[in-house]
Amino acid sequence: MAFCLYGTTVRSRLLLGTARYPSPLDLSAAVRQSGTEIVTVSLRRETAGGRTGGGFIEMIRDLGVHVLPNTAGCHAVSEAVLTAKMARDLFRTNWIKLELIGHQDTLQPDVFQLVEAARILSDEGFEVFPYTTDDLVVGERLLQAGCKVLMPWCAPIGSAMGPQNIPALRSMRAEFPDIPLIVDAGMGRPSHATTVMELGYDAVLLNTAVSGAGDPASMARAFALAIEAGKLGYDAGLLEPRDMAVPSTPVIGKGVFA
Amino acid sequence: MNVIVNGENVSVRAKTLADLLQEMEYEGEWLATAVNEELVHREERGTLKLKPNDRIEILSPRQGG
Repeated sequence: MAFCLYGTTVRSRLLLGTARYPSPLDLSAAVRQSGTEIVTVSLRRETAGGRTGGGFIEMIRDLGVHVLPNTAGCHAVSEAVLTAKMARDLFRTNWIKLELIGHQDTLQPDVFQLVEAARILSDEGFEVFPYTTDDLVVGERLLQAGCKVLMPWCAPIGSAMGPQNIPALRSMRAEFPDIPLIVDAGMGRPSHATTVMELGYDAVLLNTAVSGAGDPASMARAFALAIEAGKLGYDAGLLEPRDMAVPSTPVIGKGVFA
Repeated sequence: MNVIVNGENVSVRAKTLADLLQEMEYEGEWLATAVNEELVHREERGTLKLKPNDRIEILSPRQGG
């Protein structure tokens, strides 16, 4: 059940954020329990002479996972492009999770700037993972800009609301059948992840639902199982709901006692 | 010379970006640098001459979602 992201084959369909864990030990336990092969990281100003960031990233390297740097918190194309370049210089990867925040309260992406930045970065050899909305036209523009993966939200970052617009997510799946689609942001519960995987999504990226749980490592495991269950269910062929009952036990051959 | 490092005004003797990192006791492999909104690769730090009021960003990996 492996799948491919920009030529890299991964088996786990859970991408895990590394922020807001109670401790580094909780983070490493969650990464291990999740079985994830890709974690997201950010770049921030170094204030301790290189020791703060160095210690963190050495721990991540010891976990043996791929690193997906992000441009979290960027509000302008130039800012996101420079952050991406600095991330590539540091992490030696062309991967970049492109975030361009458009609204302070909802943290929803500024899709206009997102498309522009995606084009610039793709032209410079980056492999862009765009954090986007569930808008089909924006998705199409991102693909035209050079993206080969789309990462629509299902609810605002950190909201834990779970899928808010299932018909839109379903439309994206139908519109882009051959593009890896990863739901990024808004998950709260393992069942939310199952729901989007049952829609045929390829993977889920989440952070706060795990890091904010009472027991992050157990929640990471719960999400991993939920994602696997949803994927297996989708691949097995789900029944469509119907209005009326259908007897599961055969009617023919029933004894007649009246 | 006065320059701006991560948003703070500082006075340094360094003539290049590599000198500045040393003077301010930045160490290790996990640093990314930019001067005046342009990336400076690690191998270019020794030749990049600083000018007064240059805006220098020194970033490193952090937790992120």
